[in-house]
Amino acid sequence: MSRVADIEAQKPANSTKMLRAMVGVGIMSALLIVLTFELTLPRVQRLKAEALEKAIFSVLPGTVRIEAFRINGNGQLIELENGDASGSAIYAGYDENKKLVGYAVEAAGQGYADIIRILYGYDPEEQILIGFQVLESKETPGLGDKIEKEQRFLDNFKALDVGLTDDGQLRNKVVAVKQGEKENAWEIDGITGATISSRAIGDIIATSTTEVVPVLFHANRKTDDTKPGQKQMKRHEQR
Amino acid sequence: MSKDNSQSTQKAATTDEFIKGLWRDNPVFVQVLGMCPVLAVSNTAENALAMGLATAFVLLMSNILVSILRNFIPKQVRIASYILIIATFVTVTDYVIQAISVELHKSLGAFISLIVVNCLILSRAEAFASKNTVWKSILDALGMGVGFTLALFCLGAVREVLGNGSIFGLPIFSEGFQSWIVMILPAGGFFTLAAWLLIINAVQAKKAKT
Repeated sequence: MSRVADIEAQKPANSTKMLRAMVGVGIMSALLIVLTFELTLPRVQRLKAEALEKAIFSVLPGTVRIEAFRINGNGQLIELENGDASGSAIYAGYDENKKLVGYAVEAAGQGYADIIRILYGYDPEEQILIGFQVLESKETPGLGDKIEKEQRFLDNFKALDVGLTDDGQLRNKVVAVKQGEKENAWEIDGITGATISSRAIGDIIATSTTEVVPVLFHANRKTDDTKPGQKQMKRHEQR
Repeated sequence: MSKDNSQSTQKAATTDEFIKGLWRDNPVFVQVLGMCPVLAVSNTAENALAMGLATAFVLLMSNILVSILRNFIPKQVRIASYILIIATFVTVTDYVIQAISVELHKSLGAFISLIVVNCLILSRAEAFASKNTVWKSILDALGMGVGFTLALFCLGAVREVLGNGSIFGLPIFSEGFQSWIVMILPAGGFFTLAAWLLIINAVQAKKAKT
């Protein structure tokens, strides 16, 4: 092989040649990445929106129509305009009789590996959480990611007590306990082998519910007579 | 690493470029390259397979491009150029996987971007693609990619069966099976890899004797 000779020959390789090669490769890379990004973007966005919608339907069983809200600085619920996807939104789900099923709330917090994003369903009528799903997590596959799959853990969120006291505060903070040690309705039965991840879920829900549940509960009280949620239909879901 | 091919016939040489990645120069079991994803993502058979295929794709595309550009890139800036090319295809793969399935993207997560620093890919670019024709580089990438995927799958299957009592998510043992949690943890990756290396080395030593 004449490799040694090649290197010798290229020794005085002028910087223009190097520059040309690097710039050339750079431009090609940039074009390729932009092209793929543009080509896949619509589909990625659609898949993400679909995943979110599916998650909302699953944490609010019986929902056929969704409306998006957010909480403003004064602790009031504001309806989101179409396409405004800023921040963590709150979704109200209505059933076939246009009755409120509950609110789906997005929340996030530090897990074992990275930020975990979750969605949980709140039923203001019964004052319980009725559903839970992990939207995004990078928890250790096979261990921490049991918070997404293990049925026994997910069953915690079929009726998790988030009742309020008379002065509008949470009566009991949600807390994750060791597997098999759940005694009260506001405790989450953890997972052995995913201790940190299940505790993180407990913390995320505790922080979020303390903040959001009182607002939602009172918003629901107010809207009971006026029902502003039914004035405009934003999204129709046919099932 | 790159062996000068002294084979007389052209045909034997080209098949060999493909076959060598599967057994004689298997990237995981013989060269012991790219250990980060091998140990990290091989805890279930499905993850291992997806990771292997993603790596094989990046390897194939970067090998092709490096081989095409091998006379255009000066030696002094070759490593920088190769890394740039590899990173590009990793990003492309990342977007494509996201577009295929959000679920799959979720389960592979951070490890997709880590393909960039998989030394298997850089070593093939440096040791093979930069000196050989496009056709040979494609064969080399395919052989190495399939060998890598196969090896990852061997690890993933063993670890999932022992650590989770299932294969591809389907349970294979009765209720009473106590899963070995350690097999899912990184330590289990080392144990499994060591066991496979022991087997492969024993087989190759026996073959060399006869």
